[in-house]
Amino acid sequence: MLFRYLLILMLLLPIKAFGLIEVDITRGNLSPLPIAVTPLSIDDKSKKSFEKILKKKDIAAEISTVIENNLKQSGLFNPLNKDAFLQKSDIAHLKPRFEDWALIKAQALITGKVTFVDEKIRVEFRLWDVLAGKEMMALAFTTVSSNWRRVGHIITDKVYERLTGEKGYFDTRIIYVAEEGPKTNRIKKLAIMDQDGFNTKYLTLGNELVLTPRFNPTNQMVTYLSYFRNLPRVYLLDIETGIQEVVGDFPGMTFAPRFSPDGRKIIMSFAMDGNSDIYTMDLENRIVERITNHPSIDTSPSYSPNNKYICFNSDRSGYQQIYVMKSDGSNVKRISFGKGIYGTPVWSPRGDLIAFTKMHKGKFYIGVMRTNGSGERLLTENFYQEAPSWSPNGRVLIFYRETKTDEKGEGFSAKLWSIDLTGYNERLVETETDASDPSWSSLLSN
Amino acid sequence: MTRNIIISSTFHLIIILIAAMSLPFLAKKPIDLPPIISVELIQITNVTNIPFAPKAKKIIEKVKKKKKEKLVSEQAPPKTVKREKPDAVPLPDKKIEKIKKQEDKKQNPEKIDNEAKQVSEFEKKELFDPNNIAALIDKSKEEAAETTNKLFKVAQDQDKNVDIAGLTLSEEDALKAQIFSCWSIPLGLPYNKNLLVRIKLKLKPDGTVIRSEILDHARMNKPGQGFYKVLAESALRAIKLCQPLRVPTKGYERWKNLQLNFDAREMLEG
Repeated sequence: MLFRYLLILMLLLPIKAFGLIEVDITRGNLSPLPIAVTPLSIDDKSKKSFEKILKKKDIAAEISTVIENNLKQSGLFNPLNKDAFLQKSDIAHLKPRFEDWALIKAQALITGKVTFVDEKIRVEFRLWDVLAGKEMMALAFTTVSSNWRRVGHIITDKVYERLTGEKGYFDTRIIYVAEEGPKTNRIKKLAIMDQDGFNTKYLTLGNELVLTPRFNPTNQMVTYLSYFRNLPRVYLLDIETGIQEVVGDFPGMTFAPRFSPDGRKIIMSFAMDGNSDIYTMDLENRIVERITNHPSIDTSPSYSPNNKYICFNSDRSGYQQIYVMKSDGSNVKRISFGKGIYGTPVWSPRGDLIAFTKMHKGKFYIGVMRTNGSGERLLTENFYQEAPSWSPNGRVLIFYRETKTDEKGEGFSAKLWSIDLTGYNERLVETETDASDPSWSSLLSN
Repeated sequence: MTRNIIISSTFHLIIILIAAMSLPFLAKKPIDLPPIISVELIQITNVTNIPFAPKAKKIIEKVKKKKKEKLVSEQAPPKTVKREKPDAVPLPDKKIEKIKKQEDKKQNPEKIDNEAKQVSEFEKKELFDPNNIAALIDKSKEEAAETTNKLFKVAQDQDKNVDIAGLTLSEEDALKAQIFSCWSIPLGLPYNKNLLVRIKLKLKPDGTVIRSEILDHARMNKPGQGFYKVLAESALRAIKLCQPLRVPTKGYERWKNLQLNFDAREMLEG
């Protein structure tokens, strides 16, 4: 009975229903995210201890500078000027006044604290969402004091991943060929440094010409081409131990080496009697396998991240172009059809793109295309530049560029440059000497 | 033999005819079609046939009665009008005729709804129109004041007219443009995945967000969907940064619950 009354009452009630309005937001801005990186707070006792060990006056501020520079270099973040900060970092680390940070247009906030514990450095940091007024992440790292720069890089990676949705690339190293002297008598040494240009170390003495060093994606092994006793051959070098060895016993010249994504094989070119083909060598059992067999010059091989395909360049069509084949050498397909000559193809770690160098009308371009050859985009052009190498997250490319040093066009300088996939964020990577043939390592903290 | 010749001739004739009809088109240049311009179609029946809001009707009737007694403007509430000036000025005859006409156009009481009542409350305040008082003193302003009132009534009716539909194109565009500028799209998202985040909002009449709710919240904690959390957070940040949202000034009931579908795929695929 009660139910009937309720039913009648409901029918009598004037009801007006509105359909839910939906609005599709398909565009946004791609401008850098405003982020406030506060100087990490540190107590006086820890400060003095670090000053004694590391000869750094304020290690906490130095770490926050590392983080800030990394974020700025990525082009995806806009670290705000510290002079505009309204709240002190030591208080902000515990409980930020979000209104103060929102007032200076910060959308994210990084706070932290450094302490000296048992001769080690302990860094804790927090990432805050200023607009939502909540903590997004809080982590602490403890390591030997000399590793303080790496801590800054690791924190940047965590922040980057949390805010962009992809892995960072800051706790990485770059191996390259350091060059000194005139062009006719160039001394080339293998060098390794952090991705931001710090902590440079030289791995060879410069007695032999070295070229095309490449990192193993899974560990700290490097493969490269060396003209030891004027015989160009592919070598393998363990960075940790310094031990090196020749890869394979080939009767002729081997060059353009690169590791497979699982790190088990080396793929390279072997040239003999004017013909060069692609070979692989298994690093465990040393079995050599021939992949291409064509009278043309096949070189610069690079595996896809799933190991199933290989891209390489070949002049089998008359001009040097990019080809893709299955990793057993079957089903070879040409994928570059634009004007000019294409070379040095490198498969992206994400698997979706292939980076290349293109030469056309006397200019050199670094570009990317999809793995089927579509969607070619030229990211940068210059007088001479080549050898792109991907960051481990597949967002940034590092390459080298040669420039004339004076107006007469005499003298030249080779430097490392990086550019992201948008093509807008192009930056010079600082090196101690001239540099060429860079190769990006995988994340060290994986 | 003859039969074959006839068949052959017929087919040849057909081919010649087809060629004669279609070949001239090959010589012609393709028609250069102008770009398509989207046009919003609006039902204007109600606009042209302006109904009065129910409360306003009652108030107008009251005012008219008082006007007849006092011979003042039908839109001047008795309390606020100073006696010295308006009372002293009698309405012209033409004006009275117009009032009668408006009385004839009484709207159908069955169409009364809650929203119309709210609007009429607003109109009640607007009935005290300084322009109209001025018109009593200066007759030249009379026409202008009437036009203003008519425009207001048309706007009022448009408001009623859209409350059954969604946002108009211009309203939607204004809201989109605002949110576009606030939404910093995380660039590292995998563009080949589903990058749609649906957020339901409850809004205040001024566009401030009372409550926001992610509709596919369960996706946040699913394995392999870490990017979704990043995307959803960026969308929430955009809403917070943008508020108060640029919503229409009228028809609150219509848009007090709003769903925003953030889709980053188009931007990231480029």
